[in-house]
Order: sequence, then C-alpha cells, then structure tokens
Amino acid sequence: MNSLILGVATRLLVALMLVFSVYMLLRGHNEPGGGFIGGLLAGVGFVLYTIAQGPTAARKALRVDPGTIAMTGLGIALLAGVLAALDGDPFFTGQWLFLGASEGDKGLPISTVLLFDIGVYLVVVGSVLTLVLALEEEV
Amino acid sequence: MNSPNLHPDRRESAPGGKPPASSGVLGWLSVLPPAALTIAFLFYLPAISAGEVLRVAYDWVPSLDIRLSFLLDGLSLTFALLISGIGAFIALYSSVYLAGHTHFGRFVFYLLFFMVAMLGLVLADNLITLFVFWELTTVASYLLIGFDHAGAKARRSALQALLLTGAGGLALLAGLILLGFAAGSFELSEILTQGDAIRAHTLYLPILILILLGAFTKSAQVPFHFWLPNAMAAPTPVSAYLHSATMVKAGIYLLARMHPALSGTEVWIWTLTIFGAVTAVTASVIALRQTDLKLSLAYTTVMALGTLTMFLGAEATVAVAAALTFLVVHSFYKASLFMVIGIIDYRTGTREAEKLGGLAKAMPITAAAAAAAALSMAGFPPFLGFIGKELKYEGALAIASEPLFVASAAVLANALMVAVAGIVALRPFYGRRLETPKAPREAPLRMWIGPVTLAALGLTFGLMPGLIADSLVQPAVTAILGRPEEVKLALWHGINVPLMLSLLTFALGVTFYFFHLRLRGMLSWVEARLPTTGDRSWDAILDGLKSLAAVQTRLLQGGVLRRYLFVTFASMALVLAATFVVTDALRLSFDWSQPLLKHWAVVVLIGAGALMTAVVTSRLAAICALGVVGVGVAMLFVMFGAPDVAITQLLVETLVVVLVAVVMLRLPSLQQEAGPRFRRLDAVLALGVGGVVSAILLSVVSGPMDRRITGYFEDTSVPEAFGRNIVNVILVDFRALDTFGEVAVVVVAALGAYALIRGTKRSRPQPEERS
Repeated sequence: MNSLILGVATRLLVALMLVFSVYMLLRGHNEPGGGFIGGLLAGVGFVLYTIAQGPTAARKALRVDPGTIAMTGLGIALLAGVLAALDGDPFFTGQWLFLGASEGDKGLPISTVLLFDIGVYLVVVGSVLTLVLALEEEV
Repeated sequence: MNSPNLHPDRRESAPGGKPPASSGVLGWLSVLPPAALTIAFLFYLPAISAGEVLRVAYDWVPSLDIRLSFLLDGLSLTFALLISGIGAFIALYSSVYLAGHTHFGRFVFYLLFFMVAMLGLVLADNLITLFVFWELTTVASYLLIGFDHAGAKARRSALQALLLTGAGGLALLAGLILLGFAAGSFELSEILTQGDAIRAHTLYLPILILILLGAFTKSAQVPFHFWLPNAMAAPTPVSAYLHSATMVKAGIYLLARMHPALSGTEVWIWTLTIFGAVTAVTASVIALRQTDLKLSLAYTTVMALGTLTMFLGAEATVAVAAALTFLVVHSFYKASLFMVIGIIDYRTGTREAEKLGGLAKAMPITAAAAAAAALSMAGFPPFLGFIGKELKYEGALAIASEPLFVASAAVLANALMVAVAGIVALRPFYGRRLETPKAPREAPLRMWIGPVTLAALGLTFGLMPGLIADSLVQPAVTAILGRPEEVKLALWHGINVPLMLSLLTFALGVTFYFFHLRLRGMLSWVEARLPTTGDRSWDAILDGLKSLAAVQTRLLQGGVLRRYLFVTFASMALVLAATFVVTDALRLSFDWSQPLLKHWAVVVLIGAGALMTAVVTSRLAAICALGVVGVGVAMLFVMFGAPDVAITQLLVETLVVVLVAVVMLRLPSLQQEAGPRFRRLDAVLALGVGGVVSAILLSVVSGPMDRRITGYFEDTSVPEAFGRNIVNVILVDFRALDTFGEVAVVVVAALGAYALIRGTKRSRPQPEERS
C-alpha cells in the first residue's frame, strides 16, 4: 500500500506497540495483561507494518521466520514445566526466586511462570504472523 | 485353508556358493545380552525350585495403582529361560544367516527389542505393565515380520499380524482393566489369590471373553490362526524365535498366568477345550497339506498352541503338567527344526519338500540334529517329547468333563504330527539324492550349534526327566494352579492306557506318513473347494472397511464449505435443544430491571451490527459490521469487570477483521454465491443457533452459581502464586498445563493453515484470468 501518512505513522506506532506489548506481558501477573494479550498486541503491531510496508519488508524487519518464533515459544513454555519437574515438583508448578529480597521488600521476582508467559507471548506472535504474512504474500 | 506360497528368504549376503561376508563384531555382540540373561536367570533356579517367589516393584503411576513390578516364579522363570536361552542361539545363528545384510544392525536391534519386550511380559506383576510389554511384543514382531520390507508379501503379513494381534490387545486391555477393578488391585500377585471372588463377580464373563480374545489372537487359535503362517515371510531365524519359544506363546503364558484367577468355570473349560481341540486338529491337517517345509512347521506350531490351550482348560494337575512339559518340548524341537530348515534353505537354495532328499551325506551334523528334534516332535522314546506325549494322554484321560473328546483330538493331532515330523525332518535327509539349486554342504558351527544343543537337551531331559521335573515343571505347575503340587516325570509308566494310545499314535502316524502324498492330493482338492478361508475373509473385511470409509467420506466431506458450516451449526443447535428437552433444564426467568441504560445501548449496537452484517451487499461493509459486534461484546466484558477478556477480544477482533479483509479480496462478490433460498435457510439457522445459545445462558444465570472454585482462586492467588490478576494466574500457573496445550494447538493450527495457503498457491497453475 503506497500511503506516505500510513508509512510514517506506522514507524512510530509499531515501535510504541511493541514496547507496550512487552509492558503488558510483564505486568500481566498483577494487572490486566499477560502473554496472550502482549503477544496479540505485538502481532497487531507487525500486521500494521505489513499493511504499510508489505510482507517482504515485514519479514525483513522480523529477521526471524515467524514459524521459528512460534516453535521457540512452545519450547520455552515447555521448559518452564520441565524446570519444575527437575526440581521434584509436579509438572508446571511455579518456581519462584526473589532477587534481593529483604524484610518488607519482596525484591525482584523471577519465576518459571514468567518464563511460561514469555513462551505464550512468542507463540501468539509467531502464529499470528505466520498466518498473516502467508495470506498477504498470497494476494 | 490358506497356503501362501512363500519364496525363500532373500539373502543379499550369500550370492551363489560364495562364503558369506562376516557379520563382524555386531554379530558376536548381539549374542551377549541373551546369553548373559540366561546365565542370570539360571542363578535364580535354586531359589525358585525351592518354591520361592521373588518380587521387585518400582512406582510408575502411583495414583492409578500402576507399578513397574516384576514377579519371578516357576512359570515366569520357565518362560524367561526359554526366551533368553533360545534368543542366544538365534542371535548366533542370525550372525551367519544374515551376515553382510545391509540392515543387519537394524535386525539385531529388532531382535533384542523383541526379547526385552517378551521378558518384560512374562516377568510383569502389574496388569498394566504386562499390557505395555504385550503391546511392545506386537510392535517388535511387526518390525521383524516386515524386516524384508521391500517385499509386498512381507509388508502385508506384518500388517496383518499387527492389526489382528493389536485388535486382540485392545480387547485384552479392556479385560485387564475390568479385572483390576473386579479384584480391587492391579497386582497379579494379589489378583491370583482372589480367584473365587473374581469367578463370582458379575463382570466375570466380560473379563473372561476379553482376555481370551487377546490370548487367542496372539496365540493364533482358530479362527484367528491365519496370520501365523503368513508371518513366515520373516527371515527364518525370526520364525524360529517368534514361533518356537516366544511371541505366539505369549497368549499361552497369559492363559497359564490367569489360570488361578479365571479357570474352573464351565465357560473356561469348554471354551478352551473346544477352541484348543479344533485348532490342534485343523492345524495338523493343514500342516500335512503343505509342501513348503517352513509353512508345514508353521502349522504344527498352531497345532501345538491349540494343544496347549486345550490342556490349560483343565483343572487336573496332570493336564497342566502335560501342557507345561509339552511347552518346553515344543520350544526345543520347534526352534531347532526351524533352524535346520533355515540351514537347508541356506545351503541348497530351496525348502520345497518335493525337491529335497538324501542330504544326510552332505550335512551329517544338521541331519543328526534334525533327526533328534523330529523324534522328539513325533514323541518317540527316550526323548522328552515322549514324556510330554504320555503326560498329554494321561492328562486327557484325567479331564473330568470330556476325556474322550480331548483324548481323541490329542491322538489325531499327534499322529499327524508324527507324519509331519517325518516329512519335515527325515525325507529331506534320507532316501534318493535329489538335485538342488545349490550344491549342499555342512553349515558353519554358529548355525548348527543351536539346533544340535536344543535337540540334545530334548534327549538329555528325556533320559533324565528329574533334571527339569523338580526345578522347573513343578514350580511352574504350582504357579499355574495356584496351589502346591507334586509333579513326577518319568519315561516308563508301566503298561497303561497312555502307552496304548502312544502305540496307536505311532501306527496311525506311520500310516499317514506313507500315504502323505495321496492325502496331500486329497487335501488340496478339498481346499480348492472351500467357500472361503481365514486369509481370504481377512481381505474381504479389509476391503469392506475401505469401501465403507470411502462412502462415508464422500457423504460427509462434500468439499462445499457452506454445507460443512451448515451441518456443524445445525447439529450443534439440534443437539443442544434436544438436551434441553430431555433434561428439562430450561429456566427463563430474567430480571428485567437489572440492565442499565448503558447496557441497553451496547445491546442495540451489537444487534445493529449483526443485522447489518446480514443485509449489506459489500463484503468489506459486512466485515466492518462484524467488527462492530465484536467490539460491542468487548464493551460488555469491560462493564462486567473482565478487562483481560475485553482486551483479548478487542485485539482478536482487530486481527480477524484484517485477516478476513485480506482473504475477501480473492473471493467473488456476494450475490453470485447465495441465492434467496439459501439466505432464508441461513436466517433460520442463525436464529436457531442464537436462540438456543441465549436460552442456555439464561438458564445458567438463573440458577445459583457455585462459587467454590472462584473462592479457591481468590484465596490462593496471592499467597501461593504471588499474583493479583487471577485470570492470568490461572492461565500461567494453576492451569498452566491447559494453557500449554492451547498454545500448542495455536502453533499447530497456524502451521496447518500456512501449509494450506502455500499448498493452494503452488497447485494453482496461473493467476486467474477473471478479476
């Protein structure tokens, strides 16, 4: 699509949407958000880019094949479950680590649950883009 | 009956008379595991002979009472020794027979895989463990029978064996699960002590039928017998292994193992006796009819299985002892005869009975082994086969219900066996020397050591039956009957009825042998006139299944998207409505004062969007209108406090509009497709689905909500999962496994759609001319 306004606006918007998607992903455990929503947001961002610049440019901007992204996400999500099993807990039990926790401050929480959410994020981005890019290239 | 004419195994390794290439280190290595296992099992012999029962268990799925538990008693030790001992000889034999074969490594793997599966099966103490190993033997035998996978015959036989024994395996699984529930335990060692309770249980009959189905298919009882001779498509060492000591005996093992739990009822006695007797006699008649030595032996295996089944039907100690002794005898002579026939085939290039004769001069050792094995098979003294046969007659006469029937079946089958033993093992070696495709000479040591040792064992145990009577037969019989038993084996029982029957058998057998050419002619004549055979019915069943699949595919998969959608939604609406009517669950009380003005506004928005989607003539407008519906639903989610769902809905709606818009560009305009008749039908369907779903939702909210699960999540979300957003905590923590399944489905769906899109692109010849 040859639209100068869309092209220029997209560059700003896509960057914002991607940052916002990561924000949504990270805050998901306590506020509305999470891997699904973050992934969809990032997906929509890239779809916008695809509409403005074409699928070839979108693939170039993505650098990695969307199918690979989805499969990587699935692998990461599985890893989160395996880590719990390695720890002797039932599969997919959340494992938590509070970095720098002290009295009254729980520190920076790192968990397999977050890892799992990142996996979900990547699966959603990858799957959406696999479909959209294939369809766009088809037309 | 069926008589597949088999070609001798292809051996790429031995072209002409050239000495075969060595199978190298692998050939020797493959002997190690079975040999080591045999020695290991031998160490347990004293303990088991003393009446001990050893158990070892590991937890596997404790919540379902599934344990990886193993049991070593007389019965399992007898089988384990046969499996590993004969396995060692077979491995040694194969290292020459298949030397230089491209896939020799693969063969060794299959063989050892099979051995391990079989050992697991006979040692298992848990029903589910037993079943898992049972299925593994099926898989391994599929691979072994189809080893020569370039041949269509091998593939067909392998698939036939897999399907038939696999189907039996399913029945067995159901039977075992029922048995586990009826007995209240999945541990065999506990189940076997509760025989009376199980026999009195209401589920006894289904359990028995299902387990017998598994055992009969595996052990090739009539009418499931036809897969076994077809399985002769496998290389000869495989046939020697699968059809002597192991695979086909798995069903017999199962019957013996279940004996304390299931035997003794009328159904058990009659089913086993009749199926066993019919199988034994039918198979020995067909065996006489064959000209291919290997096929002839295959049918005698079926005969042996029938005999074993027949005797396991009985309760009498002597009958069970007969079954067990015959099992050992049969394993010895059958394995050695199969290997002998492999040697004949290997050295002469044929195994057609009519083309072989006078080989004894060229292959004296093989001839001696064949003679010893055949004499044991025919039941001549002083071989173990004689003791086995005497016991069988004694056992037959001891069977209270129908001694005459069993005894005459046994005599007839044994007489035919005498004749077949002569045809298979004496005729090729003695008499007039016949020309063979290859000049015969003695086989290498690694090939004849197996048959010679096994035949010699048959003789040794015959002369000194005490060697196995106390150490193996007695503990095994004790295990089968579930009560301590005294078993004595002896060559000379004095002049009694069994001895008379033996003499009658020899007389009949020798007569059959001398007239076997004429008998064979008669049998061929009969066979040609049979209306159908097991093998042909099998083909008919498979063909029928395929046509049925084709018909129902054409019926359901018309390829018209409109019809698919219509059927899907119409059945959904109908099934739900029918459920409503049947369960009388319709509750349409609605508090009209509850919705506020803002709710009504959104409802109007959604309704307008839906109406517009249905009536506009432009696709783009329809998509946008559909988007309005989605956004309206998202607003409802926001109003009722579900921001996560609302955000997701909004984003998905956006994506769907984009996706559909991209697709729409390639579709023809709206009017061409759906005529007014279709549109009216669609309207009815849409209203129907919408109405039913609305009714369901109204009925659901009219009742009180069960808030226990909600309460649990609210209480535990923060302290246990450290998250305040309950929706997300459920997604990634409480129900992480579900989510994982969902994202896996998302990936698979995306990849599938990708393949479809790409596939249609490639298959399209040129860009369309229209548009």
